Amino acid sequence: MAKKQNKNITAEEVVAETTAPKTKKKEKLVTPAFDPENMVEEKEFSTLNLGPTHPATHGIFQNVLQMDGEIIHDAVSTIGYIHRAFEKLAERRPFYQITTITDRLNYCSSPINNFGWHMTVEKLIKAEMPKRAEYMRVIIMELSRIADHLICNSVIGVDTGAMTGFLYIFQWREKIYDIFESICGARLTTNIGRIGGFDKDFSPRTWELIRNFIKEYPKGLKEFANLLERNKIFMDRTVNCGPISAELALEYSFTGPNLRAAGVDYDVRVMNPYSSYQDFDFIVPIGTAGDTYDRFMVRQEEMWQSLRIIEQALKNMPDGPTHANIPSFYLPPKEEVYNNMEALIYHFKIVMGESEVPKGEVYHCVEGGNGELGFYLVSDGGRTPYRLHFRRPCFIYYQAYPEMIKGRMLSDAIITMSSMNVIAGELDA
Amino acid sequence: MAKDKQIIKRTKLEIAKSPEGLEGPGFFATKLEDVIGLARANSLWPLPFATSCCGIEFMATMASDYDLARFGSERLSFSPRQADMLMVMGTIAKKMGPILRQVYEQMAEPKWVLSVGACASSGGIFDTYSVLQGIDRIIPVDVYVPGCPPRPEQILEGVMKIQELAKNESLRRRNSDEYKKLLNSYGIE
Amino acid sequence: MTKEELLNSVNQKLTEHFHGSLEHSEMLYDFPVFTINKEKIHEVLSFLKNDSDLNFHFLTDLCGFQTEDEKHLGVIYHLHNLPKNLRIRVKTFFPMTHPEIPTATNIWKAANWMERETYDFYGVKFKGHPNLKRILNVDEMDIYPLRKEYPLEDQTRDDKSDKMFGR
Repeated sequence: MAKKQNKNITAEEVVAETTAPKTKKKEKLVTPAFDPENMVEEKEFSTLNLGPTHPATHGIFQNVLQMDGEIIHDAVSTIGYIHRAFEKLAERRPFYQITTITDRLNYCSSPINNFGWHMTVEKLIKAEMPKRAEYMRVIIMELSRIADHLICNSVIGVDTGAMTGFLYIFQWREKIYDIFESICGARLTTNIGRIGGFDKDFSPRTWELIRNFIKEYPKGLKEFANLLERNKIFMDRTVNCGPISAELALEYSFTGPNLRAAGVDYDVRVMNPYSSYQDFDFIVPIGTAGDTYDRFMVRQEEMWQSLRIIEQALKNMPDGPTHANIPSFYLPPKEEVYNNMEALIYHFKIVMGESEVPKGEVYHCVEGGNGELGFYLVSDGGRTPYRLHFRRPCFIYYQAYPEMIKGRMLSDAIITMSSMNVIAGELDA
Repeated sequence: MAKDKQIIKRTKLEIAKSPEGLEGPGFFATKLEDVIGLARANSLWPLPFATSCCGIEFMATMASDYDLARFGSERLSFSPRQADMLMVMGTIAKKMGPILRQVYEQMAEPKWVLSVGACASSGGIFDTYSVLQGIDRIIPVDVYVPGCPPRPEQILEGVMKIQELAKNESLRRRNSDEYKKLLNSYGIE
Repeated sequence: MTKEELLNSVNQKLTEHFHGSLEHSEMLYDFPVFTINKEKIHEVLSFLKNDSDLNFHFLTDLCGFQTEDEKHLGVIYHLHNLPKNLRIRVKTFFPMTHPEIPTATNIWKAANWMERETYDFYGVKFKGHPNLKRILNVDEMDIYPLRKEYPLEDQTRDDKSDKMFGR
């Protein structure tokens, strides 16, 4: 056996080595006699390429792992496989068209992104929002938070070998999609609402669907919780799997459920209330260990809290207009466009994207499905933003992934990733 | 036999139609091509190449409400070697292009490609420096499904169109010069 | 602490400790904004993090920027003090001919990928970064796509004409 010199090399060097053209040396094979008494313990690493199209990664992420048997010794992540140039695209689109781009950021909870963008522009133009529109937004945002967490949690189930939860809970997700569909006509990439509120009030059917949903959904969620929460196999797989300490999580700028699972109660909805979140009574659940099980449980509890918020919003729904008084951003009703000169001009201006915006720069953040989703907008007074930067929570916390899986089993790495809720569209922008 | 038919009638199940042939007591004669086409069409193993938003709609297609399994695509084959149908769902960036092509090349004949969504078909709204403007620039595509993202019903219809193609395909097509020429035009040997 | 008090106290501390490096400070909407000379940016950031009173220990965001005259690049930091819930924005600008500033990775680990993204988009070279290479685009790319002089559209497309789509 030739002595291996690769004790301390990193995975990057291994990647470089494997990609470099190989020159084969002719060596004589000498097999030494087997001597159990005088064995020298040797470590030999193997390289494993996980992704970009691995079935267990739910999206396209590549991780080159340096494996010591079943244990991960080192890891290097490569991202950018669906880089779509959102930020450059946003510099060439009028403000109202950017809503369409934000849909595709975290596509599991598009309405939150839409409203986040709308609120950013409203902040820039200093629009006063009516309460009713804000409450309506809260309902939609919490519904989409449920939809987002449902995907993540059911997929943790699938990755630990429990398909049942996924099949059961997706029926309820379809019901949320029905609500979105009755509001805006789309299921996934919703493009919901307008800068300055909603184009119209929800229809009676939508209200009925929302009421039915919050009445019936607890049953479905309870069923899902019974399948997994105290399931011995599930707990054995997830407890103490891929933990991260609060200090390290803060160092890596974690936000959202992943940070809360590590024990830090940072929630944008509470710290910097937007869209009237200060009116609602809800708990910010936190975990202790920051492992996969805690992340799962934090999301479970957040779904219950979301239901509470929706209930309160329905109960206290104020009357009034559903959009702010900013005619240069809000498409006037069709009757007025046909009969009123001013309305026609506004209609034309909005559709052509010629609405006037002031010069300035704002940062606005909302609590997205997986953390603080921020919009840093610089406007030079033109028809498009001068610069728009998205603070994408996934992109920022996914860089801690190699550190979280080091020294752990390969199978744990898979469920650590699914419990972090990394969405490729948001990661790669 | 009669009982089976009763059950089928009661639950409104439809089984695949048998191809045209000569039927008599104890025998049934038909073309080999038709039988193979029937078998292929109703047991397509999809390889979901899900990259972004359309992948989430594909999850809905797989799940209980829409249930892709009804069309014989119960088993997802994540390994390209055993897959019959490549379902490309979502944006393919230029960085991803070579990988998609490699996956396509690894699939065994006969293979079909379903391009789901505007991004995979034409680049969609992302006419940008980093996005491949349609996967048909690197691999041949059989069926395009429009939409951004398409509804699960549309994805199902796309799969049914592929089934139709598989059913009616001549056994010799994959060996024909025309087909080789098509592959060569994409630079695939 | 209100936003104005925060602006004043940071202003005071920075002028006290870093004489002359604070180029500008103002209130933009609800954010106190500070423009720092690039020579001292690393010291200022680590001071802002370690000062017991300010303690901006959370790097919310880091992104690149190109000024309107297309001659300068900038890097913009959003800092956050979670316990007191204070947020500030720190900016620094440097000429495009010499885009080099010290890295912040030794202050916050989270800066690693954000700086790589900024390098990828704007070509800002972060001195001392452990692994400064492209992150979202392919390594072979020879442009910095978010700079204003480079086009957005895919140049290989010939089916869209200027007449129809206004590209």
